[in-house]
Amino acid sequence: MGFENLFLGFSIAITPFNLFVAVMGILLGTIIGVLPGLGGANGVAILLPLTFTMPPTSAIILLTSLYWGALFGGAITSILFNIPGEPWSVATTFDGYPLARQGKGGQALTAAFTSSFVGALFSIVLITLFAPLLAEIALKFGPPEFFAIQLLTFSSFVGLGGGNPLKSLVSILFGFILAAVGLDIVTGQLRMTFGVTELMKGFDFIIAVIGLFGIGEILLSVEEGLSFQGAATGMKLTVVLDTWKILPRYWRTFVRGSFIGFWMGFKPGGATPASFMSYAFAKRFSPRAENFGKGELEGVVAPETAAHAAGVAAMLPMLTLGIPGSPTAAVMLGGLIIWGLQPGPMLFVEKPDFVWGLIASMYTGNILGVLIVLAFVPFFAAILRIPFAILTPLIVVVCAVGSYAVHNSMIDVWYMLIFGVIGYVFKKLDYPLAPLVLALVLGDLAENALRQSLIMSQGSLAIFFTRPIAGAITGVALLFFALPLLTPGWRRLRGARAPSPRA
Amino acid sequence: MRVADLVTAAAFILLGAVVIADALRLGVGWGSDGPKSGFFPFWLAVFMVAASALIVLQAVRERSRRPFVTREQLRPVLAVLLPATGLVVLTGGITIGETRLLPGLGLYVASALYLAFYMRWVGHHAWLTTALLSLGIPLATFIIFERWFLVPMPKGPLEAWLGF
Repeated sequence: MGFENLFLGFSIAITPFNLFVAVMGILLGTIIGVLPGLGGANGVAILLPLTFTMPPTSAIILLTSLYWGALFGGAITSILFNIPGEPWSVATTFDGYPLARQGKGGQALTAAFTSSFVGALFSIVLITLFAPLLAEIALKFGPPEFFAIQLLTFSSFVGLGGGNPLKSLVSILFGFILAAVGLDIVTGQLRMTFGVTELMKGFDFIIAVIGLFGIGEILLSVEEGLSFQGAATGMKLTVVLDTWKILPRYWRTFVRGSFIGFWMGFKPGGATPASFMSYAFAKRFSPRAENFGKGELEGVVAPETAAHAAGVAAMLPMLTLGIPGSPTAAVMLGGLIIWGLQPGPMLFVEKPDFVWGLIASMYTGNILGVLIVLAFVPFFAAILRIPFAILTPLIVVVCAVGSYAVHNSMIDVWYMLIFGVIGYVFKKLDYPLAPLVLALVLGDLAENALRQSLIMSQGSLAIFFTRPIAGAITGVALLFFALPLLTPGWRRLRGARAPSPRA
Repeated sequence: MRVADLVTAAAFILLGAVVIADALRLGVGWGSDGPKSGFFPFWLAVFMVAASALIVLQAVRERSRRPFVTREQLRPVLAVLLPATGLVVLTGGITIGETRLLPGLGLYVASALYLAFYMRWVGHHAWLTTALLSLGIPLATFIIFERWFLVPMPKGPLEAWLGF
């Protein structure tokens, strides 16, 4: 039954215009992924205004293709320049850069792109199979269930995100507070505007994404004193084909990475831990473990497979529940709302052409993506050789243009600058940015779900525990919130000393 | 690092206090048809103040001598941040309340000036490269946004004079 829908999707995804949109998206996305300061989330945010006049399906295909491109682009900078463009490509540098230094950059890149492709494909197949089921279950959800899922989303940042749980919590709450600024649509009252007209509109998360990830990232990278020491690409057709002959040897790593990636990825903030976990597992089980970190191909395969599987899996909760699994998915969710679509399970019923067009485009986009990046690696690598004094102002101008275009408002460009400084300070002090963005996006939804639940129960919080599904999810969420408190005690019980916090 | 941590946490506590004050004004209890407007922000702020207070305690105990930012690090950061602020000021001008203190030049002129300044004085590029790129990039932006995608950017006297 699902296959008819998928065929419908393919009939939409492979129209010439949509294929053209996908190719443009991948090219732009890869450039964005390669450039410092631009990544999946803010690249999608900056180009969002350009999609306002497009049909929604083409628009989402453009944005998702951009995302695939950015994921591929991150691998190029990690391997050739030892600069992880995104946090989840950090693990790729461990073995990718040594390989490139040994003149095996072509091999490493081919392995990275192929692994990305395999990981992505695995998650897409699972999305194809499970998304309709999950959406059907989610259709029965009421406000308490949705609020419980929101709670679970944010609790996983606190409990599983790593880093300082208190800072994750503050980051989330700060995002929610920013989201609450402006008109309260339920009561019609103004909140936290203090008589300032500009604050009435509130803060748009798209601007926050551009500032936090764009400007903030540039400030961080100039501080570290950017020096691009690129290795040669060494990309030839024979290298690609030879690497493809070796890769099937690592099938275990592929399978493991895909599962880890999908499992971690459909929970928020999963791509980065997934890539590290997959790398660690590959190292533990590899007969050549001592060679890891010195230029082992398997050390590129493992994190890339997991990161892409996770990156794609992040689309699953966005599509079925209307709750994004990553900042990039959050920006796409914002796009959906702007195009007049209501994210969530009803999408599968009301707009099957949109949903299945998107799912089918994930297949076409990733196939096109891997071919395009393999063919154009030298071109993308050349972008990083552009002098820094040209790249930096160019990226700032692009960010300013993108911020202005969202609402045609100058105040947003100021907000972008301020969010840039906030992003810089947050990054330096280890306050995570992703939960802030997600809270800013989900703020109104979460508040409405909470209010409606409380109205249903006449003010009793028990409603989140007595309904079976909501109760189970709330329970897990509370467990995650409590996890940072439980872990030190658990470690003491087992006799191991808790690691001292990083100075 | 420690001082920066303390300052940031203190700022969050202050923000939390402001939010709580506003929430109390709106009412944090049960209204005629459900929770009042201040209910959600109030509890957010309460938790934020509590978490920030714990961060303060953590930071006080910590003995980190690593500075938040060194002088050598701050210089390039400001070299990016200040011109970028200049770009925003030049684009939109400065308006405080109802009075316009400085008229804006529009995005295209401002970004041309900004690119030229950055490439010439920060990057020490040749005049020719500087001129070509600082004129070419705004022009390309104009064609892509104004013409192809019909997304208007802020415009100033030059565009008005040219008839856009």
